[in-house]
Amino acid sequence: MRFLLVEDTDELAQAVASRLALEGHGVDRAATLADARDLLRAAPYDLILLDISMPDGDGRDFLAQDRAAGGSVPVIMMTASASVNDRVTTLDRGADDYIVKPFDFAELLARCRAVLRRHAGAADSLRRFAGFTYDPLGATITVGDETRELRARELRLLEILLSRPGQAYSKAHLIDRLFSFDEMVSDNAIEVYVGRLRRKLEGSGARLETLRGVGYRFFPE
Amino acid sequence: MIPLWPGQPSLRHRLIWQIVALSALLAALLFIAVRYSAETASSASQDAVLAAAVNSIADGVRSGDDGLVLDLPYATFSILGAMGEERIFYSLRLGNAFLSGYEGLPAPPQMPEDLSPVFYDAAYRGADLRLAAITRSALVENQTQLVTVVLGQTRFGQAEIARHTARNAAWLGLGFLVLALPLAMLSVRNVLRPVELLTEAVSRRGPHDLRPVRHPAPRELSPLLRALNGFIARLRLSLQLAETFIFEAAHRIRTPLSLVRTEAELALSEAQDEATRMRLRRMIRAIGESSRSASQILDHAMVLYRSDQFEAAGFDLAALAAGALRDITPVAEMREIGLRAEGLETPCPLTGDARMIEVALRNLLDNALKYSDPDSTVTLRLSQTDETRLSICDQGRGLPADAGDLTERFRRGSNAGDVVGSGLGLTIVSEVALAHGGRFTLEPGKEGGTCATLILPRAD
Repeated sequence: MRFLLVEDTDELAQAVASRLALEGHGVDRAATLADARDLLRAAPYDLILLDISMPDGDGRDFLAQDRAAGGSVPVIMMTASASVNDRVTTLDRGADDYIVKPFDFAELLARCRAVLRRHAGAADSLRRFAGFTYDPLGATITVGDETRELRARELRLLEILLSRPGQAYSKAHLIDRLFSFDEMVSDNAIEVYVGRLRRKLEGSGARLETLRGVGYRFFPE
Repeated sequence: MIPLWPGQPSLRHRLIWQIVALSALLAALLFIAVRYSAETASSASQDAVLAAAVNSIADGVRSGDDGLVLDLPYATFSILGAMGEERIFYSLRLGNAFLSGYEGLPAPPQMPEDLSPVFYDAAYRGADLRLAAITRSALVENQTQLVTVVLGQTRFGQAEIARHTARNAAWLGLGFLVLALPLAMLSVRNVLRPVELLTEAVSRRGPHDLRPVRHPAPRELSPLLRALNGFIARLRLSLQLAETFIFEAAHRIRTPLSLVRTEAELALSEAQDEATRMRLRRMIRAIGESSRSASQILDHAMVLYRSDQFEAAGFDLAALAAGALRDITPVAEMREIGLRAEGLETPCPLTGDARMIEVALRNLLDNALKYSDPDSTVTLRLSQTDETRLSICDQGRGLPADAGDLTERFRRGSNAGDVVGSGLGLTIVSEVALAHGGRFTLEPGKEGGTCATLILPRAD
């Protein structure tokens, strides 16, 4: 997916961009609303992450102008103000969702996924891998003729594994990316999800291997 | 109510006593005036009778052939004698020589000079007398000489009249005084009524009502009212400043916090060393906690502010609840917690502050998700009977045995354990319920977990 990140604080923008890149998304960053306008004209984006308070204006006005001009790229607003009024005015002006800084990355990704799913229809989001087809927006995998539904964490686990096939992941790493930091989970919790995903992948050519003492590796047979 | 300064004089008592004291003074004056005028009138009438009598005696004095002749006017004496118990005395003198009548009857202090009588008081034979003296000239032994006639009458009747009038005047004064007390109380009550009404209007206000007092008040109270409203305005301003400050502070804290958090998450994804990873995780959790606290402090300030300026409008609670549920769906999905809605199909009209209700709802949903385990379900149930009940039930760890009042500020359940929270969430919810004239309850769910219910009066 290609994201447009409109955020004026350099360090934050960089951190968010690298975190999104880790998920396998391409991110362009605009430091001003004017930059954002130019980038939006130049390239197609799947999602815009838009900060409310920008140096050259209010993100909500930018959004309203974009919607008035017929723009349809889904938008998630980011704001440092948690007031309900901001949230309401934001959603009224055509934002698809809203997240308050500082955000939990897991939550941001979950919201991105939910918004993208609502705007689904982009068939090019389907991915083929080792004998199965993966539909991230529909949250399904198809093995042969059989379509299997994935639950949120199975889907998330699959996404992480698919972003770098063949790489070994430690349990701790997977836990950090799979769970919100508000949740306290034991190291063993990951085994449950690995087990479930393995069952869903049965019959395909993909293998999710346990590396004793290290973690897991995902690769085509 | 706590008396501010015990022992301070009451305006009411002061007014009543002053009116009564004034009435007593007026009654005393009335008594004296009535007595004086009655005495004056009665002594004037006695003088008139005496004058007539002494004149008629003097008229009976004439010069005869062998001296002075006095024809006593018996009719006059009988009239005078008929006046009750009164006794009369007379004397007739020629120059300084006593001629007839009662010898020793006190002579007038000053000899009358013309034909009209002079009046005076004197004691004679143990009785107080009113006396009239008149002089006439008569030709005696070919000489014009002055004849003085003195007529005295006791004052028994006079004293009786004085006693009588005094008694009447005293009764009159007393009656006046007795009547004055209830009248004073009545008028004081009437005068103080606006003060009482104003006091009632001010004390009837809710704890967060900081609108200026617009109660009609008499002109004399308007400086007080102005001072009160000035005070309220200053209080409101300082509250507003505090709120603006909280909003601003929360906002300022968030941007650096989000940077720290994102950096920490990045560092975590790159760190290999388990000890470092543990530290980073703790750090991220602490950041989460502070940002949640900041949100709730902000929510709390907002709720307090909106309770002050409470403006009710009609809205659909079902639509609002559906929206709030939709907003948290991604988070619930991420945690694999199911969300179920009941009773949201039919509109639920409610009168109140939609923003406040939304904040309460968000806090409740946030709480429910926080205390829920994966694969459990959070249920939002809206039911409308004679009141509107919005409950959010989870299947989490439930309430601690020693729950007490979890809606107290910064209070958390003893079983909150490792769950991040500030303890303000439920305070916010119960303040919202209170502002709407409703209430908030926290009960164990039927199948374990906790049910938080917001009970609101129905829109009419």
